[in-house]
Amino acid sequence: MMPIDKAMNVLIVDDYKTMLRIIRNLLKQIEFNNVAEASDGAEALTKLRGGNFGLVISDWNMVPMTGLQLLQEVRADANLKSTPFIMITAESKVENVVAAKQAGVSNYIVKPFNAETLRDKIEKVLGHG
Amino acid sequence: MAEQDGGRLTERLAAIRARHPGAEPEMVADVVHAVLATMSGDLSAQETSLLAEVAALGLTIACAKAEIAALRFDDITDSHIPFATDELDAIVEHTATATNAILTCCEMLDDVAGGLSGEPAAKLRDATTRIYEACSFQDITGQRITKVIATLKTIEAKVAYIVATFGNGATGEDAERTGEASEAALLNGPQHPAVAMDQSDIDRLLASFE
Repeated sequence: MMPIDKAMNVLIVDDYKTMLRIIRNLLKQIEFNNVAEASDGAEALTKLRGGNFGLVISDWNMVPMTGLQLLQEVRADANLKSTPFIMITAESKVENVVAAKQAGVSNYIVKPFNAETLRDKIEKVLGHG
Repeated sequence: MAEQDGGRLTERLAAIRARHPGAEPEMVADVVHAVLATMSGDLSAQETSLLAEVAALGLTIACAKAEIAALRFDDITDSHIPFATDELDAIVEHTATATNAILTCCEMLDDVAGGLSGEPAAKLRDATTRIYEACSFQDITGQRITKVIATLKTIEAKVAYIVATFGNGATGEDAERTGEASEAALLNGPQHPAVAMDQSDIDRLLASFE
């Protein structure tokens, strides 16, 4: 099994600066140091189209473009559609998980979450779970 | 007989007026006249009694409208709700400031851990990990407070609607909002822990798609 490339670029998307800071620090602790940030779906899409990202970790509840819309845009883009996409959100209803899955989410983490869950889901979506 | 009944009606109307001095008598009179205008011939005792009840009902409605109009609902929209939302905004701001201060300290501890090795480094990093995890409370509480603010605004709109409908006739905004976008119905924010799905529930649900 190939080791996870921890030098890959990771894009984290959340409109709460505090959450961006927390996720960035948790990623740093598991040795993902190339982390870029976006505060909404539109900014994320611009960064994704202009860069080479191996993983997207996004909140759902954002404006003007939500995390679900971002996911749909990513899956509709020929150059981005295979990018692993993890949704981290406080939305925990069955219909949310179903909608995200139908849109092509790679994994789904409900807030509040812990570092172990984050590491576990990253390993799963990158094929090491 | 009709004269006797008419006298009784007058007495009852007077008594009702005495009980509800704030009501608008001309409104009651209008209602009674309007009803009378639709009728022909002498009124029976039963019909007179019915008219009196209609008049009493009219007065009751007039009184209720007067009381609603007298309510200082402007206080709710101009003072109480803005005060409550400002207080809630301040809570979010204070917790954000405190959380960022905690995170700054935590990042310093992480830097210190980077200069250590072995068990001390591991212990320090484990502690900072737990602090990072705990600090996500600020996001959750922020979302919950946003839901409370939205609820307050809904109450504000409903009060304005009720007053506009039954009160002084001021124009109110319809409290019922319809036609929400389909995805908006999915944005409910944090659920109460007692009823929310946890991570293991979500993992099972996702696995069911495989």
